[in-house]
Amino acid sequence: MKRQFPLFLVFIFGLFMVFQYFVPHETSEWVYEFLLDWILVIGIFALALGIWSLYKVSVDKIKTRKANWGYSYVTLFGLFVMILFGFTSQNGDSWGWYFIFVATVMLTIGMVIQAMVSSGQKGLSLILAGVFLVASVLIGMFDNAWSFHFYTAEGLQNSMFRAFFDHILIPILSTMFSLLAFFIASAAYRAFRARNLLASLLLLAALIVMLRFNPYLSPIFGDYMAKTSNWLMNVPNMAAQRAIVIGIGLGIVATALKVILGIERGYMGKG
Amino acid sequence: MRHLLKLVIVVVLLAWVSSPAQTDPPAEVDSVEVAEVTPPGPVTSLSVTDKDNDHGHATVLSWEASVDDSTGLANVISYEIFRWVPFAMDHVDSLRGQLSGLRAEIAAAEDVTDEMETRLDLLEAAFDAAIDNLPQAHGQYPQNGEWRSVGVVASGVTAYGNTGTKEPTSADYIPDYADLYYRVDAVTADPVVRTASEVYGPVQCYGQWFNTDRSPVLVAVLAFGFFTLLFVTLAKKGTDLYVRPLAGIEAVDDAIGRATEMGRPILYVLGLGSAADVATIASFTILGRVAKRVAEYQTALIVPTYEPIVMTVAQEVVKSSYLDAGRPDDFKEDTVFFVTQSQFAYVAAVNGIMLRELPATCIYMGKFFAESLILAETGALAGSIQIAGTDEIAQIPFFIVACDYTLIGEELYAASAYLGREPILLGSLKAQDYAKALVVAFSVIGLIFANLEWTWFVDLFHVAN
Amino acid sequence: MNFFDKLMKLDRRWVFLFLVVVCVATYMTEFEVPILVEPETQVIFDFVDELEPGEIVLIAIDYDPNNLAELHPMTYAMAEHCWRKKLRIIFTSLSQNGPGMADQAIRDISDSLMQDTEYNGVMYEGREIVSGVDYCFLGYKPYYALVILAMGQDFRLPFPADYYGTPLDSLPMMQGVINYDQVACVVDLSGGNITDAWISYGQGRFGFPLLLGLTGVMTAQYYPFLGSGQVVGIMGGLLGAAQYEKMAGNPGLAMDGMRVQLYAHMVIILFIIMGNVGFFVSRRKQKQAERR
Repeated sequence: MKRQFPLFLVFIFGLFMVFQYFVPHETSEWVYEFLLDWILVIGIFALALGIWSLYKVSVDKIKTRKANWGYSYVTLFGLFVMILFGFTSQNGDSWGWYFIFVATVMLTIGMVIQAMVSSGQKGLSLILAGVFLVASVLIGMFDNAWSFHFYTAEGLQNSMFRAFFDHILIPILSTMFSLLAFFIASAAYRAFRARNLLASLLLLAALIVMLRFNPYLSPIFGDYMAKTSNWLMNVPNMAAQRAIVIGIGLGIVATALKVILGIERGYMGKG
Repeated sequence: MRHLLKLVIVVVLLAWVSSPAQTDPPAEVDSVEVAEVTPPGPVTSLSVTDKDNDHGHATVLSWEASVDDSTGLANVISYEIFRWVPFAMDHVDSLRGQLSGLRAEIAAAEDVTDEMETRLDLLEAAFDAAIDNLPQAHGQYPQNGEWRSVGVVASGVTAYGNTGTKEPTSADYIPDYADLYYRVDAVTADPVVRTASEVYGPVQCYGQWFNTDRSPVLVAVLAFGFFTLLFVTLAKKGTDLYVRPLAGIEAVDDAIGRATEMGRPILYVLGLGSAADVATIASFTILGRVAKRVAEYQTALIVPTYEPIVMTVAQEVVKSSYLDAGRPDDFKEDTVFFVTQSQFAYVAAVNGIMLRELPATCIYMGKFFAESLILAETGALAGSIQIAGTDEIAQIPFFIVACDYTLIGEELYAASAYLGREPILLGSLKAQDYAKALVVAFSVIGLIFANLEWTWFVDLFHVAN
Repeated sequence: MNFFDKLMKLDRRWVFLFLVVVCVATYMTEFEVPILVEPETQVIFDFVDELEPGEIVLIAIDYDPNNLAELHPMTYAMAEHCWRKKLRIIFTSLSQNGPGMADQAIRDISDSLMQDTEYNGVMYEGREIVSGVDYCFLGYKPYYALVILAMGQDFRLPFPADYYGTPLDSLPMMQGVINYDQVACVVDLSGGNITDAWISYGQGRFGFPLLLGLTGVMTAQYYPFLGSGQVVGIMGGLLGAAQYEKMAGNPGLAMDGMRVQLYAHMVIILFIIMGNVGFFVSRRKQKQAERR
């Protein structure tokens, strides 16, 4: 029963989604939109599960003192501080006790984590957590320089949120992406070798496409290079891609059919 | 120059029509008042039908051009389309405005009072009643209503689609199953000088239960479904179905053995896809297989995930595999964990794991984007054996360059059939091959026919949106 | 081990180091590189340039900070071009960290619009860009495919209020703007799979003209859609952005970055050639040794 019921659900909803494509009537659209809403709702609950998983893995890492466990503190700090910034914003020009509030909240969370990871004395950490919690609640109640925003996106305008986003997240993520340039260079260096006829053709095509917009070469080759490269992109490249796309398209239909009919059950842990 | 003038006038007319202040332009104007321009001949054969293959709330008009459009007096510069609208629609508009204002007020309010909620309930009930009343109000034609412009087209055009929305809360709402009446005016350079057509109506719009434009897709789905069932049945009966071996799949078992010998973990990356992506679904199957072997050999498995739903499903898959291997106690929940939904933060985390844990084998199966090469190159630096599979065409070359084995596109989907060797899965694979052969055959026939200008064959496959 | 054998087994870190040196050196040196315009980018520019003042362009900022280097210049060039031409813009952001990117771009471009500037010989007077009048920023919602489908019905379904919390119905520019029918075109600037959803769920279902701005790596993948007419034009990577800037007469981040990219590409090509020279020489030696 535990296995059959999900399969039954997949069959019913899968079949509905297939036929919905052919039924333009409002009723079918209504059910379709209703199901799409469900995906959103499930996704948001799953996100909570995801955050819990990240928290648990990080805390376990600190607890068992795994390699580089210190970074887990950074992860947890980032997680909670961004949530806090996202839910609060200042009301005027003054910040009031905001930063002390942020510090007390973070210390509360830090102490709770400390209590969870320490094998011995937990009492002191918990008492300190309680003290910080009371302090943060008191500041939250009496400080009017800033306020909470749970229902609107106003917190995203919080200048602290923006500062963390603009000056920490953006540079870090851009750096990660820029690594790609180096890896492409080293991968191209190793891969583009004229080992045989096919590899030589690949190398030649790659060179033409890479050099097509090189302004220093255009006086030598005129628009010949650009034309050849456009031909390479629009004819052999597109032909090969279409072949793969058709294969993938049929594969997707076949897999979807197998899932709907209950032939493919791997996603339920049943190979 | 004349075209330019026409264009300017049409633009002015459009602006004029869209202005809410002007609702009812003169319908049939006495041409004596404007002696300079002679009224043109009316449009004839006006016909209005419900729009096909849609969810309703739309009609299609067609007519024969006025005799003075480009020919005769040649003074028609545009056609203006009018629909008879009952005054009950104004009531709906007014209630709609109030409702939207009240909702905005409630959204902005810090405390929503009971009084506000009561007002909202009452207003919503009144609005619903007004909407329900619309078909009846349309039935009162020609009493209690007036002609209102719904659109303008340039001269020479003889069709118009009056498409509304299905949401009563939108100003463009057109009710289904209400008697609608239309007329089309031939308009001259002087917008006052115009001739109205005969009124067409009543006509009702409604939604259809089958979109005939999509019939080719239905035929293809049914044909493919038939092939699949046929080959599955054949396979069940014991017919031997040959599938060519895939090196990437056969390498999976060896890679797990290698990890066991080296005493190092296996890293399994499900990619950036959601649980609804077919590539991810295929990846779950391979993960199940890998986890089962890992449980048997008692090797460590690390599965960092990008999507919370994927994490939940993957946890279930790995857990079931440990159970199937007879080692449920060895399963640890944090084998599968969530990292982040930020692409490169995820990459940073996975790369960190690679360089710290030095996995013997890295398996990348699913949807991958710009991070593919960063992952695979780091894996190569860590000295891992790498097996990848994705249906993202742009990433396939990167994996081929940096990994030891790569499953290309649909090979990833086929992996479950290879791994299980179950006849029904092999049967569906065979159906896929035959469908591909059909596609190739149709492409060649289409190419020949298109060159012979026999377009009917290509039209058979045409699918409208 | 001779030079060529060493070349064959060159540690990848030497490649990295050489690339860094070239990138930094070209970045520090001021010089201009000529930009040649591709037809795929030209059609995008022409499409936007031919729109009438007041028409609405939907710009989907579907990228995260990681794709900033390639895609941000496109946003800057296109949004400034639109606003200088008095077009109105609806911004959406269906990527998780996209709203931050959009917000930053809107702030910067609004500042730049305050100045009187001359582009391609035409003088544009500075003006203030007002939220709700010149643009509407809808913000982010998860599950992009669903959001794209819902916007086809009514923008108000996924976004009852804009990013700043103002209900859409109370924004002047959104009066009478229901769904894609009122939008002249959709520009998707993306570094991931959101583009597929715009093509299949958006353009496929609602039929609006779709213009794409993609990262260089992704570009080749979307050529088939250009051929099939599902996509009007494609701006590929930093080069595409630089071409747009050149056509708009507004040199910015992309044209500035092009000299770095151009020389980095030449370094990569140089390494490929060196690798092949090493490969051929060592293979010849191997064959000679076998003959002996």
